[in-house]
Amino acid sequence: MLGSSPGNKQPIFSQATSSLISLVVVVSLSVLLMYLDRRHAYLDTLRTGMTTLVYPIQRAVDLPVRGGRWLVRSLVNQQTLLDENLTLRQQRLEDQHKLQSLAELQAENERLRALLESAARVPEQVIVADLLSVDLDPFSHLILLDKGTRGGVRVGQPLLDAEGVMGQIVETGPFSAYAMLITDPNHALPVRVHRNGLRGIAFGTGFTDQLELPDLPVNADIREGDLLVTSGLGGRYPEGLPAAIVTEVVRDPTDDFARITARPTAMLDRSREVLLVVSRSRVTTEAEPDGTTTATDIVSDEATAKDAPTEEMPAAETITSQDDSSPDQSPDNPDNEQTDDTPEDGDTR
Amino acid sequence: MAGLSPGVFAGSLIVAFILTILPLPEWAAPYRPYWTALVMIYWCLSFPGQIGVLASWLVGLLVDVLTGSPLGLHGLGLAIISYITLILHRRARLWPLWQQAFVVTALLLNDRVIALWIRGLIGQNTGGWEYWASPVVSGLLWPWVHSMLNALQTRSRRS
Repeated sequence: MLGSSPGNKQPIFSQATSSLISLVVVVSLSVLLMYLDRRHAYLDTLRTGMTTLVYPIQRAVDLPVRGGRWLVRSLVNQQTLLDENLTLRQQRLEDQHKLQSLAELQAENERLRALLESAARVPEQVIVADLLSVDLDPFSHLILLDKGTRGGVRVGQPLLDAEGVMGQIVETGPFSAYAMLITDPNHALPVRVHRNGLRGIAFGTGFTDQLELPDLPVNADIREGDLLVTSGLGGRYPEGLPAAIVTEVVRDPTDDFARITARPTAMLDRSREVLLVVSRSRVTTEAEPDGTTTATDIVSDEATAKDAPTEEMPAAETITSQDDSSPDQSPDNPDNEQTDDTPEDGDTR
Repeated sequence: MAGLSPGVFAGSLIVAFILTILPLPEWAAPYRPYWTALVMIYWCLSFPGQIGVLASWLVGLLVDVLTGSPLGLHGLGLAIISYITLILHRRARLWPLWQQAFVVTALLLNDRVIALWIRGLIGQNTGGWEYWASPVVSGLLWPWVHSMLNALQTRSRRS
């Protein structure tokens, strides 16, 4: 039955030639597509359309996993829930205490900034999104979110979890969005050392637990255990978010640069829910009246941020993401000048 | 002689797509067979007049979007796979399944070599020897995939 096919009716040479022609055509088209896709944004509409096409399949794969998780959740026994509740309660008490002092510090920071006549920091709004349980290309570090342009997600928005920076949105469809993790080899993250403000760029390595900082000099003041926070240069990531902890510093005297590796603080391979930071605007002239967010605000925000559209951003629905009030953000520290000439960092290369 | 049934064709592709992104534990992920390629090889082998290089390329583009790969990476790979399959199909259809399985493994290894070049150019980390495991697993699964698709196709044509 299988032996005969319409192909047999044609002479073999014409068929082989025609497939050779189409092969040459599609191979050149593929190369062109890969080049354009990587270097330019011309293909965004094409990609968005195709993303919508494959979204039902991704959703279908995610569904049983989600169902399984729901089943596990509904079958936990009461004791576990009580224990968890108790821990969370204690955690909340501690957090509330911290938030109270934070509100105080923020007000103080605003006053000092006003005195210095520098632009006030703008608190950001966040969107909460779930990850879809699908395996994407195993050789790039991408994750798929269950919110797209309909949910207010835009290309370039930074992605956080509770512990730190995760990555940024690289592609959006109407209902889903792809985010690149900071460990992707094509990702560069502008950071500074929390201890002394030394600036550098953390590049992804392709391993989920490793970043590297290749452009700090051998004598740079950086050591194991240092916390790296985002420096805000490049304008993509908000300033002062925890990003990584330095795990190893190798100083080879024959080399100009130290070999520094760091481990991301965010749980890149385990987080299920992520926060997307919606920056209000790049122009930060208007002062934000709601600088003192209280703990109750945040709790209600978590609930409302899920379906809050981004266009109108009422002041009550804001969460300030800058939780550190670090003393050093002035760019005139002479030690830091060497890495200042990198305005395009924070982008994907 | 009736051609391929569109329903079975589309269904096999959807199942292949689902298996492509189905979450696997981390240790098993490198061994994931290249389902889409297996399915496309079957259709190219059985219906060379209808499923050709162009169709495989379009399917490959869908795989790229599905997995978030650089657009054109899987398209290029599947187009080359289907071209070689089309050249071989007269001989390959007469071979026993186990012999076909070897050829499928070789085809997919070749595909991995091409992908290695491209990923190297892009700067992606392809890891160690596990990179070459997937074609072998795919080859082992070929007889099974072939028989199943063949049975489905035959049944749909009879009814």
